[in-house]
Amino acid sequence: MPVITYREALNQALAEELDRDPNVILMGEEVGQFNGAYKVSEGLLERFGSKRILDTPISEAGFIGLGLGASMLGLRPVMELMFWSFYSVAFDQILNNAANVRYMSGGLIHCPIVIRGPANGGTNVGATHSHTPENICAHHPGVKVVVAATPADAKGLLKSAIRDNDPVMFMENTILYNDKGEVPDGEHLVPIGLADIKRSGTDLTIVAHGRAVLTSLKAAEQLQAEHKISAEVVDLRSIRPLDEETILKSVRKTHRVLLVEENKPFCGVDAQISYLIQEKAFDDLDAPIKRVSAIDAPQIYAPALEREHQLPNPARILKAALEVLR
Amino acid sequence: MSKKTAANNEPKAADGAKAEEAANPISAAAQAPINAKLKPEARIELFRTMVRIRRFEERCLRAYQQGKIGGFLHLYIGQEAVATGCVSVLGDNDHLITAYRDHGHGLAVGMSMNEMMAENYGKATGCSKGKGGSMHYFAPDKNFWGGHGIVGGQIPLGTGIAFALKYKGLKGACLAFMGDGAVNQGAVHEAYNLAALWDIPVVFIIENNGYSMGTSQTRSSAGESLAKRAEGYGMTWGICNGHDLYEVRDKVAAAIQLAHEKSRPSVLEIRTYRYRGHSVSDPDSTYRRKSEVEDYRRTKDPLQLFQTSLIAEGVLDEEKAAKIDAEARAEADAAADFADASPPPTVEDISKDIYWEQDAPADQRTKGRLLFD
Repeated sequence: MPVITYREALNQALAEELDRDPNVILMGEEVGQFNGAYKVSEGLLERFGSKRILDTPISEAGFIGLGLGASMLGLRPVMELMFWSFYSVAFDQILNNAANVRYMSGGLIHCPIVIRGPANGGTNVGATHSHTPENICAHHPGVKVVVAATPADAKGLLKSAIRDNDPVMFMENTILYNDKGEVPDGEHLVPIGLADIKRSGTDLTIVAHGRAVLTSLKAAEQLQAEHKISAEVVDLRSIRPLDEETILKSVRKTHRVLLVEENKPFCGVDAQISYLIQEKAFDDLDAPIKRVSAIDAPQIYAPALEREHQLPNPARILKAALEVLR
Repeated sequence: MSKKTAANNEPKAADGAKAEEAANPISAAAQAPINAKLKPEARIELFRTMVRIRRFEERCLRAYQQGKIGGFLHLYIGQEAVATGCVSVLGDNDHLITAYRDHGHGLAVGMSMNEMMAENYGKATGCSKGKGGSMHYFAPDKNFWGGHGIVGGQIPLGTGIAFALKYKGLKGACLAFMGDGAVNQGAVHEAYNLAALWDIPVVFIIENNGYSMGTSQTRSSAGESLAKRAEGYGMTWGICNGHDLYEVRDKVAAAIQLAHEKSRPSVLEIRTYRYRGHSVSDPDSTYRRKSEVEDYRRTKDPLQLFQTSLIAEGVLDEEKAAKIDAEARAEADAAADFADASPPPTVEDISKDIYWEQDAPADQRTKGRLLFD
C-alpha cells in the first residue's frame, strides 16, 4: 500500500469525490489559488476549475450559510474552515440551520454538507486559533462529528462524509497533516459511526480520538515495555454517532478504562463516554474511570508549554493508566 | 380615483428612486406590462390570496388567544400584498426563503390552510409534523425553503439556493426575504458581498414594516435608506410601495429578470406596515401610537386598495368580494377545526427526522431524495 501523508490522504479523498460526483464542490478561504492554508486542496483548482473550487471571502457565516443553502437543493458542498476555531463565527449557520433544518421541516429537507478543517491546539497559535469543538458540535442532534487520527482514516472518513446525506463536521488536526501512513489507492471508505481498535490489549482500555489516539499508542507501548501492561486503544473516529458497542465490548474485556482527549475536560466528549460506561457497563469496571484531557485553561501560547504540558502527553497518560491499574 | 391621476404620481421606476406615496398607486402600476396582461380571473385570484392570508391570520390570532397556539405568533396582517405580489411572478425554477413571519409566504406559494394551522397547533398533520411551529414552515415541493427563526440567518441560505440554481445551469432566482431589522445583521452583509462578487441570481427583499421588533427604524438603522446599502456592494437596488400589489409585481419581476438574464443580485426594499405587534405577545402600545396604525389601515390597507382598484377596473364587485371574504373566513375556520381534531405527534416522533440516515428506508440511503440527484 502506498505511504502518504494525512494531508495527501485528504487531498485524494477530495479529488476522488470531486471526480465521482459533479454535485461535489469545495469552498473556503484560499482553498483555490493558494491551494489551501494547509495545502490540503493542492492542485484541485487546476484540475476541477473555478466553478467547483471556490475561494471565498473571509466571511464564515456567509459562505457556510451559502454552502448550506446549496446543499438543501442537492449540491454536496465541502466547506473548509481555515481553522475550526472559526466555527464560532459561523455557528448560527451550523447550529440553528444545519443541525435543525431537517427536524424543523419534519424531515422534508436534508443537508448533505461537509464542514472541515484543522482543529486543536499544539501549534502555538494562542487561544483563538486552537479550538477543539467536537464536543460543542456533537452536543447538537442533527449533525455528525468525525475526527480522523491516521491518513487512512482521514481518506476513508472524508469520502464517507461527502457521500453522507446529513451535515458532517469533519475535524482534522493541524499537527497531523505531515504524518505518514499506509493508505489504500482508490476507493477506500471508512463508515461513519464505527470505532476502530488501533491496538489490541487485555489489561486496560484507552479510549481516544484524533491526535490523542497517537499519543495514547505511544503511552501504550511504554506501558507494555516498562510495566508489562497490555493496553487496548480504541479510536472513536466518529464522536456522533458514537460506536457504543466497540467501547463497551473493550471495557467488558479489560475492566479498566482511561479516557484521553485533547479537549478541555469540562463537558468534554470523555464526560459523555464516562457516563456511557457507568450506565451500561458499571458492573464490569474493576476501578474508577480516569481521564486525561488538556489542562482546563484557554490554550496557552508559550511554545515551551503547550504541546508537551497543556495537551495530553505520554507521561501523563502513563501516570493515569498506572493509577487506574493500581 | 382614476388611473390617469395615479399614473401622474407614479414614483420613478429607476433604481434607488425615492418612493413617494401616490394618490392611487395601485392602478398606476397596473399599466406595467406584467400587470396589463393579467386576465381578470388572475387578478381575482391575487385578491383571493390576500384575503385568505388576512383571514387565516385573524383566525390564528383568535386561536392564540384561546391558548391553542403556543410560543410566538408573528402575524403578517397589513403586509399581504408583499408575499402575494412577489410569489405571483415566480417561474418554475424560482425559489424563496423567508424569516419567521412566514404565513403569508406559505399561503402564497400554495400551502394549505390546514397544514399551516395544524403546524401552529403543533399537530402531526402540520406541514412540519408539528416540529417547526409557526415560525418554521417548509414546502420544498413548492420551492419554499422555509421560515427561519434567527433574524437574517436565512439570507446566506437563500444566496446558496440561488448559487445552486446557477451551478446547475437553471435559469432561476431565489427571493430571500428579510425584515427591516435583519439589515443590520452581519450575515446579511456577508451574503450581499458573496452574491455581488459571484454573480448569484438572488433577490434580497427587505419587507420594511417600519419596526425591528419594538424599535422603530429611525432608532435602529443608520443611513438614509436600508436598500441603498446595496450600493456599497455594486448591487442594483430599489424601493417599492408595498401596499400596491401591482407595483410589487412589477418591481419584483424586474429584479427576477435581472437575476435570470444577467445572473445579478439586487436588493428591493418593499415598504409595508404591520398592524399587529412584532409577535402576538407584544402589547404594541409602548413604541407606536394607536392612531398611527389606524391612519394606516384607513388610507393604505393593501387589501382595501386592491379591492377598490379591482372594482374600478370592473373585474370585481362588492358582492363578489364579500363572497371571497366569506369563503376565506370559512376556510380558516375549517382549518382551525382540522387542527383541533388532529392528533399531536407521538412521543416516538420526538426522535425522528433528526438524521436522514435514520429515517430513510434502506433502499433510499444510497440515493437520497435531493433535487439534483
